[in-house]
Amino acid sequence: MDASSLSPVLDPILARWGRTPDRLLQVLREAQDATGWLSPELLAATARSLGLPLAHVRGVASFYSFLALEPAGEYRVLLSDGVTDRMDGSLELGERLCRRLWAEPDHTAGDGLVSVRRTSCTGLCDQGPAALVNGIAIPRLDGRVVDAIADLILARRPLDTWPVDLFSIPTNVRREDVLLRHGLSPGVAIAAALARNGAAPAGMIAELRASGLRGRGGAGYPTGNKWASCEAAPGESRYIVCNADEGEPGTFKDRVLLAREADLVFEGMTLAGHAVGATRGLLYLRGEYRYLLDSLEATLARRRAAGLLGATAGGGPAFDVEIHVGAGAYICGEETALLESLEGKRGIPRNRPPYPVTHGYLGRPTVVDNVETLCAAALIAVHGAVAWRRLGTTQSSGTKLLSVAGDCTRRGVYEFPFGVTVREVLEAAGADDPIAVQVGGPSGTLIDCAEFERHLSFEDLPTGGAFTVFGRGRDLFEVARQHVHFFAHESCGFCTPCRVGTSMLASVMDKIHDGHGSRHELAELDRLTSVLGNGAHCGLGHTAMNPVRDTITRFAPSYERRLASADFAPAFDLDAALAPARRMTGRDDPASHLGDAS
Amino acid sequence: MLDGAPVPFEPGQTVLQAALAADRYIPHLCYHPEFRPHGSCKLCTASVGGRLVATCTTPAEAGLVVDSETPQLRDVRRTLVQMLFAEGNHFCPSCEKSGNCQLQAQGSDLGVTTAGFRHLYPDRPIDASHPDAWIDFNRCVLCELCVRASDEVDGKHVFALAGRGLTKHLIVNAPSNRLGDTTFAASDEAMQVCPVGAILPKRVGFAVPIGSRRYDQRPVSAQALDDAPRPAGRSP
Repeated sequence: MDASSLSPVLDPILARWGRTPDRLLQVLREAQDATGWLSPELLAATARSLGLPLAHVRGVASFYSFLALEPAGEYRVLLSDGVTDRMDGSLELGERLCRRLWAEPDHTAGDGLVSVRRTSCTGLCDQGPAALVNGIAIPRLDGRVVDAIADLILARRPLDTWPVDLFSIPTNVRREDVLLRHGLSPGVAIAAALARNGAAPAGMIAELRASGLRGRGGAGYPTGNKWASCEAAPGESRYIVCNADEGEPGTFKDRVLLAREADLVFEGMTLAGHAVGATRGLLYLRGEYRYLLDSLEATLARRRAAGLLGATAGGGPAFDVEIHVGAGAYICGEETALLESLEGKRGIPRNRPPYPVTHGYLGRPTVVDNVETLCAAALIAVHGAVAWRRLGTTQSSGTKLLSVAGDCTRRGVYEFPFGVTVREVLEAAGADDPIAVQVGGPSGTLIDCAEFERHLSFEDLPTGGAFTVFGRGRDLFEVARQHVHFFAHESCGFCTPCRVGTSMLASVMDKIHDGHGSRHELAELDRLTSVLGNGAHCGLGHTAMNPVRDTITRFAPSYERRLASADFAPAFDLDAALAPARRMTGRDDPASHLGDAS
Repeated sequence: MLDGAPVPFEPGQTVLQAALAADRYIPHLCYHPEFRPHGSCKLCTASVGGRLVATCTTPAEAGLVVDSETPQLRDVRRTLVQMLFAEGNHFCPSCEKSGNCQLQAQGSDLGVTTAGFRHLYPDRPIDASHPDAWIDFNRCVLCELCVRASDEVDGKHVFALAGRGLTKHLIVNAPSNRLGDTTFAASDEAMQVCPVGAILPKRVGFAVPIGSRRYDQRPVSAQALDDAPRPAGRSP
């Protein structure tokens, strides 16, 4: 495609987003939607239009998994490769799909029709295995669905004419508490917050502080303090960012909130804007949730029409929201990497301090809050701190949404007050014979059945929401190995310990898996654990070894039965490497073998 | 307080900058006194108020307690240098930078004798397209000093990083991705600042014999202190 034929594609996109460098990622994403991939000509035209060096544009484009720098086919199939997807048979289904399509995994077919690749957990763990076709999610894959997809692709049916039930994604809400049965009409929470603010803008913030609300993304920072710091920080403009980059494998509760409670999310953003003095909000939507974009935009349009956004948002000061969509990078869930990505750059976590509350989006004071946190803030605006504190524990007030998946009969989203025990959740979810639960995803904690009386709370077992159940017969070593590969794949590569360490960790786990493990490998895991935990730049690196740490402590036999007895076993099998030579010479006598036989 | 002794600092200085200015050495690789601290190599990691952080990016504050010369931190730094050696393809004996190379000098200071990990042996072709300079990507440690120098000093934006994780790599600003097709000149700060043998001038080979080079004469710990900027009137 030459430069002149690119204008019809690129110009409307640039017109929509504005020709500023901070929209680079959004421009690239939409340009790819229009053309199928990012050709060198397209990158050069984009660089010229935004006044950026070409190398910078290539650097950004190559950072995100969903952006293709080579032709990726008319149909781009990404199979979700989460632990629960594999438990549900995703690997076999992937093979079946490739067979039906005559496709080789990880390659674009010669005729340019299709490519089949794997991608990190897509957040459909309660209805897996899942796939994304040209960015749109398809849940509940089985043999029949896979065959149907293959037939549609082979018939070159355009995606928007595929049967709609393929794309139907129920919310699977299994237990509602105050948040999920809030019953609030749009505008009510904003009005309540404005009334609390009264003459002094601190009213809503004071209420939040009194409520003890802590961030629902997992870190648990007190939300009221965050808002207060942002409000107090010097700056001409402020921003509210909603972190909807829900990438932790096993988590999907934000997807359900965005699908079912979008008004409440925007309500929370708006009243946060009023509280800290921000007029603009940005919602960073996970690329995997691209299929929610249209309904979210429709909700925004409805709210603008109703006067709940715009010059006088809900009767208060001006506020409006813009949605940015990610492009396949787990690291962007880290708040400073997310800000970089919102600015159109590679998602590299920033050095801290300074913190986003003083130097956030475009260097301005910014509140970055999780989807669920903003919903909770809206609830607190209406019902007050005392009501919120009535639920949960001393240091973990209110309720928590849990994404329950894995070996249980009733997978889905559960809202429980903080302090609920693991066993109570397991019973509600119909887990018959659990041997382990991963609380908070691979970067959280994996516990065994001796710990099922522990409480989900910041005091005991903190969680961002993932609750993945492993039943009898599951091999926890394999779970840890898969997660270690996940972290190696998702490492941004900025710092040495994480860039190299996560890959080393994966190769040591592979060596053990291949039966070449020994005491030496266990010592290596120790050494890598120490360097990652002590030296890494951000939370991804700090927690990348958690799955290994937890499985070694709690499921040591799954490692030990794989270890060769020696203190050291080489990964390279010299005798096996001689096999071709034996075949060529037609020999298989003892003298042609190394080791004891020779 | 650094390893039990007080260190003065000025507002705006980071822990590493204050330490170097006070003639106290903390190992580092991606930090360069003329550029904004970056914090990626993590060699300067030390315990600051009980937490392990990169000292090049941590602001100095009154009352901070910093511990750097501990067995645990030496282990961490040694492992980090080993990781860099295992990640790229580093053949010191045949490298023009040997003796002037900061990675090699750090390894020597920290007592690194082997890579300690399985070598990754990446396939990284060299770029010799430029008339006066060449890039050996095998030796790149991704410190981004050339990126920063080309952006901030040379004003040319010749270098950038692409990919992520272990596939992260240096690229140059030309559709062909060849240095010869960029505006790069051998006099650019971006080349002078490379701490390893990745960006080298052409037609210079062993003009200074190995054994008489920078870090052959004095270890990197001593050289770094000589180079540290100090406020006027204060001598180490």
